[in-house]
Amino acid sequence: MVKQKIVVIGNGMVGHHFLEQLANRPERELFDVLVFCAEPRPAYDRVHLSEYFGGRTADDLAMGKVEQYREWGYDLRLNDAAVNIDRDNKVVTSASGASEAYDHLILATGSYPFVPPIPGHEHEKCFVYRTLEDLDKIQAAAKQGKVGVVVGGGLLGLEAANALKQLGLEAHVVEFAPGLMSVQLDEGGSKLLRDKIEELGVTVHTSTATELIEEVDGGRLRMNFKGDKSLDTDLIVFSAGIRPEDSLAKSAGIELGQRGGIVIDNQCRTSDKNIFAIGECALFNNFIYGLVAPGYTMARTAVSLLCGEAAEFNGADMSTKLKLLGVDVGSIGDAHGRAEGSAAITFVDEQTGVYKRMITDSEGKKLRGAVLVGDAADYDTLLQYHLNDMDLPEHPEQLILPALDGAAPTLGADALPDTATICSCHNVSKGDIVGAVQGGCCSVGEVKDCTKAATGCGGCAALLKNVVDTELAALGVEVNNDLCPHFPYTRQEIFHMVQVEEIKTFDELLHKHGSGKGCEICKPTAASIFASLWNDHILEKPHVGLQDTNDTFMANMQKNGTYSVVPRIAGGEITPEKLIVLGEVAKKYDLYTKITGGQRIDLFGARLEELPEIWRELTDAGFETGHAYGKSLRTVKSCVGSTWCRFGVQDSVGMALTVENRYKGLRSPHKIKMAVSGCTRECAEAQSKDIGVIATENGWNLYVCGNGGMRPRHADLFATDLDDVTLIKYIDRVLMFYVRTADKLQRTSVWLENLEGGLDYLREVVIEDKLGIGEELERQMGNVVGTYQCEWKTAINDPEMLKRFRQFVNTDEKDEKIVFVEERQQRRPATEEEIVKIAEPA
Amino acid sequence: MSEVAITRTEWLQVCKRSDLVANSGVCALVGDRQVALFFLPDQEPQLYAIDNWDPIANAGVIGRGLVAEIDGELTVASPLYKQHYRLNDGQCLEEEDIKLDSFPIAFEGDDVLIKIDQ
Repeated sequence: MVKQKIVVIGNGMVGHHFLEQLANRPERELFDVLVFCAEPRPAYDRVHLSEYFGGRTADDLAMGKVEQYREWGYDLRLNDAAVNIDRDNKVVTSASGASEAYDHLILATGSYPFVPPIPGHEHEKCFVYRTLEDLDKIQAAAKQGKVGVVVGGGLLGLEAANALKQLGLEAHVVEFAPGLMSVQLDEGGSKLLRDKIEELGVTVHTSTATELIEEVDGGRLRMNFKGDKSLDTDLIVFSAGIRPEDSLAKSAGIELGQRGGIVIDNQCRTSDKNIFAIGECALFNNFIYGLVAPGYTMARTAVSLLCGEAAEFNGADMSTKLKLLGVDVGSIGDAHGRAEGSAAITFVDEQTGVYKRMITDSEGKKLRGAVLVGDAADYDTLLQYHLNDMDLPEHPEQLILPALDGAAPTLGADALPDTATICSCHNVSKGDIVGAVQGGCCSVGEVKDCTKAATGCGGCAALLKNVVDTELAALGVEVNNDLCPHFPYTRQEIFHMVQVEEIKTFDELLHKHGSGKGCEICKPTAASIFASLWNDHILEKPHVGLQDTNDTFMANMQKNGTYSVVPRIAGGEITPEKLIVLGEVAKKYDLYTKITGGQRIDLFGARLEELPEIWRELTDAGFETGHAYGKSLRTVKSCVGSTWCRFGVQDSVGMALTVENRYKGLRSPHKIKMAVSGCTRECAEAQSKDIGVIATENGWNLYVCGNGGMRPRHADLFATDLDDVTLIKYIDRVLMFYVRTADKLQRTSVWLENLEGGLDYLREVVIEDKLGIGEELERQMGNVVGTYQCEWKTAINDPEMLKRFRQFVNTDEKDEKIVFVEERQQRRPATEEEIVKIAEPA
Repeated sequence: MSEVAITRTEWLQVCKRSDLVANSGVCALVGDRQVALFFLPDQEPQLYAIDNWDPIANAGVIGRGLVAEIDGELTVASPLYKQHYRLNDGQCLEEEDIKLDSFPIAFEGDDVLIKIDQ
């Protein structure tokens, strides 16, 4: 069989999507595929480009991998730009001189940044923001500067401003138009966005036209604006829009739009039927789609057609939701209400900085557009109303107004038609998801694997879960909440049984309520419940085999089998003497030393057999265990508060110490983090903690159930202006209620989200004592506090407990397989390659 | 006639009963081989010995894992990435082609004896 040849020019996100889609089809075998890529590396995620400055590497951003392309059987030519298309002979020539014949040609050349022709724009300190190489150059220039200016206040310009800020520059945005993001936002939304961004330290200059860029003393740049004003800066980034990269098509005589762009029909074909154009280089209905999702749709259309299926591209919705400099922004449909007969509903909360506006038809029946700034939680619901042309509810304003009681009215998955697009990145409809569930997928994860929904930008994850759960419930699939195969009960039920029947050991619990021999789920769960209720030492004989490995050795195992040691530094307060002890111990045992986010010090690389000696020295100096290994209280972070800070209104360190010393050692379903801030500036970041306390003029505000980490959640304000005693009382009750009722390994954030009645119910239980258990919860907490012991102090004096702290039971030799190398004057585990190298004689 | 190679394997005394920790594991060094020893007093057999090296994590940590029953089989969960290894023969339950060496082990009075090809 003679294969047809596809040549793809360009390997950006859309080009990659085309190749990925083709690779997953059986028709792949019908084609030979060759790819020309001008850049030195295959496709990477340009949407998240600015995260390159936030620590993500080129590898993290990579989408196409060279090995992957090889596996797919594609001939990938990196660093080799296509320079000519001979349409008569159907041959593409590249910069390196290669000539390749094609049957089908795909133009995925993307776009290039528009640089306004301001005199001086060619200066070497002027950059654009498009490729990783651009970012490298900006980063190098930022090292020698203090100030950076972005020209362009659109979506990409604000991304670039964020990047400059992350590089430590004083960032400015210069925009010609009167407002920011003028394409997506109306005047009110734009104004609020500006306020929020300026609050974050970015200076915004709107209605400002740059007339000249000149070099002034010391190599800095001066931007001269129309009307005599000027701004001195160390570098300039142009982000004033994109232009389609159509020069290759132009020289080949392919039809372009009046203002550029390769004209395509609804099959993504150019004026030459053997040539497709997809992505930002393509012009459809006189419009360039500058978002990735429409580009993906074009790529899928081209793949389908090449595989002999019917497919059409009929334009795409340009609604978008994103986080700019930490500010949530959403724009749907006709955001400006330009269509005739539009009516608007606007909600503005200047105090919290939220702006929401819905554009409806004159009768308020259909949603034509929306703008959300500062809070985009309603985006998914509004978008579905818009995309599916659904009738709005009787009081449409409720969709954007804050809910006065109970949860906000979200659009039930039931109400959506099967054609509703849930995931626009991968074009997955509600019908596809329902089909997957009916076909046997029983969880969100399985549906994701099967349909790819929510695996692109991830913005639809919540809606996806909603659809999957609704469909599962409709099918009568029972969600199994059993702890594990050995206990047909939830954690909460087991807690209750242990408490009521005063069960003290795992054997007894298993004998009475379980079956089999237990596993790594039920054993640590039982150990945690015993500790919460009876607070025996975790290494006492009946409990020793129940503990997770880190609890067993009261240290955190690292990748090479050594441990980290984390002493408690309550509230982050430490005397110079104790600091010296930490340094001396670390030095003596050659431990890698790092300051943690929780205001304490981690010592890494301790061998198993060294742990007791290290802890003997630490406890002798007055240190206690930090429980970094346990599902228990970690740290209470604090700022210096009124003692030192001119803004502080309460003694936050004192309160942090009280709180940390009270709850240290409490075993819980998952780890618990807390913080106390001395004023509303919130330097201790208490709103990202399970328990957050913020000082007020009159006492303390209590926040609960926040979370950082993988799925950040702002803590909810639970009660205000509390005195010290009431504060502790409420924390006692909230924590003990959590310990009693949470599921295994459930953080407080997820616990609260799953608690029927939510925050209001928690207030009723804790503040109004609706269940009449308030005092009991306090008594239980009192018991935990009263029976506290430093686990390490007890252990180092108990030979039985120390038995497992021997590397080998039959010799004092060390584990020779643990190998360290030195980096930045400290030890770290050697990599596999390094170990091989060390083992080989030179 | 072909020669038959006979490997002579003998029981070695590796440690004492009191060196073991009930319902969990410890590690012993036999020659240059790290062996994880598990003592489960309520099970039959009571003793298990498998290689201490976790080939997935590339670290000698199996003896520090948690003993877990999975579908009726006794296993140890690796402390690093939590794969389960069957105590009686070292088979990894998650990865079919990974199997740790296992060794005969027994009590003789207070001595713990093990058989390892040297």
